[in-house]
Amino acid sequence: MSDEHDQLRSVIKDCVHCGFCLPACPTYQLWGEEMDSPRGRIYLANQVLDGAELTAAAAEHFDRCLGCMACMTACPSGVQYDQVIEAARVWTEEARSGEPVPGTGPRDAGPARGAEAEDGGLAGVDGAEGPSARAGGTTDRSISPKGGADVKRRLRDRAVRAAIFSVFPYPRRLRALTGPLRAAQRTGLDRRLARGTLPDRVSPALGAALRLAPPRPREAARGVLPERVAARGPRRAVVGMLTGCVQSVFFPQVNAATARVLAAEGCDVIIPRGQGCCGALSLHSGRAEEAARFARRTIAQFERAGVDAVVVNSAGCGSAMKEYERLLAGLPEPDPTFALAGQEESVSWVARAGALSGKVRDLAEFLAELGPAAPRHPLPVTAAYHDACHLAHAQRITRQPRELLSAIPSLRVVELPDAGMCCGSAGVYNLLQPGAARELGRRKADAVLATGARLVISANPGCTLQITAELGRRGESIAAVHTAEILDASIRGLPAGSLGVR
Amino acid sequence: MTEALTIEGLVPRLAAIAGRENVITDPLELRTYECDGLTSHRAVPALVVLPATAEETAAIVALCAAAGVPFVARGSGTGLSGGALPREDGVLIVMSRMRRIIEIDPVSRRAVVEPGVTNLSVSKAAAPYGLFYAPDPSSQVICSVGGNVAENSGGAHCLKHGFTVHHVTGLEIVTPSGELTWLGDGTGVVSGYDLVGAFIGSEGTLGIATKIVVKLTPLPEAVHTLLAAYPTMAAGGAAVSGIIAAGIVPAAIEMMDALSIEAAEAAVACGYPEGAGAVLIVELDGPASEVEAEVGCVRSLCMKAGATEIRAADDAARRAAIWAGRKSAFAAVGRISPSFIVQDGVVPRTALGAVLGRIASLSADAGIRVANVFHAGDGNLHPLVLYDDGSSAEAEAAEVLSGAILDTCIEYGGSITGEHGVGVDKSRYMPKMFDADDLDTMQLVRCAFDPASLCNPGKVFPTPRLCGEVPGARRGTHPAVAAGQAELFLWFTERAVVLPSARLARPCALRGASSLGARGASPPGAGGASAARPSRRASAARRPGGVPPARHVYGTCAARHVRGASPTRRVPSFPRRTSPSAHHTYQATHSSRRTPPSPPHPYQWPQGP
Ligand SMILES: Cc1cc2nc3c(=O)[nH]c(=O)nc-3n(C[C@H](O)[C@H](O)[C@H](O)COP(=O)(O)OP(=O)(O)OC[C@H]3O[C@@H](n4cnc5c(N)ncnc54)[C@H](O)[C@@H]3O)c2cc1C
Ligand code: SF4
Ligand code: SF4
Repeated sequence: MSDEHDQLRSVIKDCVHCGFCLPACPTYQLWGEEMDSPRGRIYLANQVLDGAELTAAAAEHFDRCLGCMACMTACPSGVQYDQVIEAARVWTEEARSGEPVPGTGPRDAGPARGAEAEDGGLAGVDGAEGPSARAGGTTDRSISPKGGADVKRRLRDRAVRAAIFSVFPYPRRLRALTGPLRAAQRTGLDRRLARGTLPDRVSPALGAALRLAPPRPREAARGVLPERVAARGPRRAVVGMLTGCVQSVFFPQVNAATARVLAAEGCDVIIPRGQGCCGALSLHSGRAEEAARFARRTIAQFERAGVDAVVVNSAGCGSAMKEYERLLAGLPEPDPTFALAGQEESVSWVARAGALSGKVRDLAEFLAELGPAAPRHPLPVTAAYHDACHLAHAQRITRQPRELLSAIPSLRVVELPDAGMCCGSAGVYNLLQPGAARELGRRKADAVLATGARLVISANPGCTLQITAELGRRGESIAAVHTAEILDASIRGLPAGSLGVR
Repeated sequence: MTEALTIEGLVPRLAAIAGRENVITDPLELRTYECDGLTSHRAVPALVVLPATAEETAAIVALCAAAGVPFVARGSGTGLSGGALPREDGVLIVMSRMRRIIEIDPVSRRAVVEPGVTNLSVSKAAAPYGLFYAPDPSSQVICSVGGNVAENSGGAHCLKHGFTVHHVTGLEIVTPSGELTWLGDGTGVVSGYDLVGAFIGSEGTLGIATKIVVKLTPLPEAVHTLLAAYPTMAAGGAAVSGIIAAGIVPAAIEMMDALSIEAAEAAVACGYPEGAGAVLIVELDGPASEVEAEVGCVRSLCMKAGATEIRAADDAARRAAIWAGRKSAFAAVGRISPSFIVQDGVVPRTALGAVLGRIASLSADAGIRVANVFHAGDGNLHPLVLYDDGSSAEAEAAEVLSGAILDTCIEYGGSITGEHGVGVDKSRYMPKMFDADDLDTMQLVRCAFDPASLCNPGKVFPTPRLCGEVPGARRGTHPAVAAGQAELFLWFTERAVVLPSARLARPCALRGASSLGARGASPPGAGGASAARPSRRASAARRPGGVPPARHVYGTCAARHVRGASPTRRVPSFPRRTSPSAHHTYQATHSSRRTPPSPPHPYQWPQGP
């Protein structure tokens, strides 16, 4: 515990208070307050470390952080802000559920939150009840001094959070939920609802969800991907592929394209069955233990697959999987339920996490390392490349996708103004902080429109949802696709129209 | 008189002005404002308020003035002298929500911006017109134009292009009594006192800038950047002398020593020549033909001085790569040292070599590393004193060393600050540079604006004093007053507070030409009546606790002015909301002469107990 604190202290000490991160921070751009800047949040975290009680106001500033990590890219002093915000999110979660905040006891003493079966069913509905029922019994540790605490609203917030975390990380539940949303879309009910204020009055998150729900996939999801896709031509690598929760439910065509591109480039693609969530959503929301459970499962699954690399096409998942080692290092080792048959007892989860993280590659990163084999066909269209935060800032991958795209004949790639600025999607941020998210979405859509591009390319499902929703709201017909889809179309010689370009 | 307002009592009033969500009272939130870029000075403000408009700012200041509560302006909090250090008993007024670029006028080549706008965004907004805002502090991505004005900030390119003061032509300010007024006419050609010049570099002690008119400079036709590596600082210094002696005025000449190169390398992997003891960055800009000729010349001068490698960049990307190392250097030092002090001193260029040598020996004696990054062209040194704040002995030694460096600068005929300001950090060095008469004269200026000493008190001057207080036991009447060269002067303090609305509890006075008043700027000459008013606010009125007036005041009045300014002085002033134009100003100032004296205040100012 105190080791962790020492580590955090030393991270915080690296901050020289120069403010260079402020202009990069979306929330500072929105509100201009020190506490909604990286420098201010670091200052808040430091106070909590020093024993100050986390106030509701301070917790709110942590909640408002998108976790976009633009501040890390901007920081000349190399402050590892990701560690600061991860810790802060755990504190806020704990403070809300009445569990100890740092320094006041071992944090893993609480009830195993969300310990319900990982294997789906729609039991998540009870999940929604769990934490919120508990919340009802806990005292709010502090009243927001700015305008007083709206306890009711906070209860509702908690219910929303609980609901989100009992659905999103479970593809089957998520898929079940998309049914009604799609039905609403078919009948046009969604637009009528989204236009009105009713959903927002029920919950801003519901309103946001309705606005964001994507249309049916362009290409009918072609059922389940096979467990193994063989390399075309000589085999150059054996790779595992993560299908992701949001990606697999909302964008199955992206996964299909990823598998095809990898195969075309000479990779045997192993797609383990029954993949669960990688834990990114939980990790990025301060639910460390939940994230760790997902992580262990994912690690075990890909260990079994025996692959050279694990290719991830969702930037948020990739960045979380590269963090597994640090995540697990901060938690006690569980009993070896997940140990592999034949796995030596002595191999700790932390070591296994380290080994897996070392193999994780973003799709663009992997393809750039591998080098092209399949010929590309021309794709005459102007496309704007959007840097997903978890790719550009968290994984520092900006060059590779641009290289891949510029190698496609006739494709004109344009840069977005203020490219490093988050689109507001940020995991489930657009559900939890819909106001801020919408404003950022608006700004991103403005930037896209300013380029005159007919296509937006993004490497993260959340960004695609967010940007498409905003463009759609304005009646713009700019298609949003994943890097994998555009590569797939070029390799297969499909026309730009196949990507939804009108 | 108004009721005695406690700080807490201000909260609802401030909330009424700026909105409750823009008044910060949470202890954790308040603490995030406890320091600026200089973290060794800290004070948690009693309240923080973030106004959205000039009118809100004026109302806030007026409220503070009425309540006798000190206030401090803050921009982006990157200052390096503790200028924005809050007062524990005061209100911190943060300008970071006021960040609209109100106008870019490519024809007149100027922009009107709010103070919270960052330096770089002015250049970005001007770029489509082929213009830029020339002063470029290394902190330009985030420092605010308001902060730049207060600190008279410079940057690498100030050698050729000048400092903030050379690029600001008009200011809308809130005076320390809460009045909105304009200084300067936006043309840069001022008749009468250069009040803009007085305000720039005043470190937030003369009021709060709420709109700033800046000059925009055409982007040079050609820019060429050279990076030359030298085995030693002395060799690099020789190159600088050579370039200047040849009559070339580069846009910038910057130098970094081995230690700062190491830091920059760690931070941004700038890829400077390996093993260099010093790098020199020389940037030339201007008409293409001129730049081309100069590049050849500079190149050979650099070689002659013993450069081991020269790199040239004539495209934006490579130029940016060269500058990345230099611009990140301060913050990057965080990578090689737990803590550090950024010192800022100036020496005559001819003394550069000697002073750097002295710094090296001071550093060796103290056993404390010093990294040097500096504007070599104008002798502005930024020694970075590295230490571990975990050890109090080391922290103290670093402080001593950093002071010794300043002494060295003074000894060689230099100055204690080039561009970071005096703030709280260097006020104690002021007596080393100025004698008591000088300092008292500066106080006269300050008191003319801020007789109640509420506006960023405790900064710049070594001993915070209330205006009108005895400057020192040994002293009596100020020599300027004794010689009849200065007299009482009240206009700034007695003029009406012009408020946008009656949101403030106190009645708001719109005096003189009501049309002008209603638009926010006071009519020029409106102070005429005030000057004739008795100086009832002068003494105990403003002193918390009713400290009796000092005996040896320069009169009983709080504020003075230097002879020469007529009591009905003319503040070039133009209406708010309209961007200042020469035409406007001309009318405003000239018609003002005909403005009849205004009636006295319709209300009483609060008196002390
Ligand atoms: C890494 C780094 C590099 C730097 N490099 C340079 C450099 O190259 N050149 C240079 O000159 N400086 C440099 N600085 C110092 C600093 O950036 C400048 O002094 C800058 O102008 C401060 O602006 P700010 O908005 O941060 O002001 P703050 O720090 O918030 O305030 C500075 C002062 O201005 C006053 N103030 C702020 N806004 C207003 C207003 N609207 N009206 C009146 N007073 C106001 C404050 O009261 C305070 O006294 C650097 C700082 C850092 C951290
Ligand atoms: S840029 Fe880095 S060092 Fe500077 S304030 Fe931000 S986090 Fe701190
Ligand atoms: S992660 Fe993004 S939102 Fe959070 S502080 Fe950093 S830049 Fe701001």
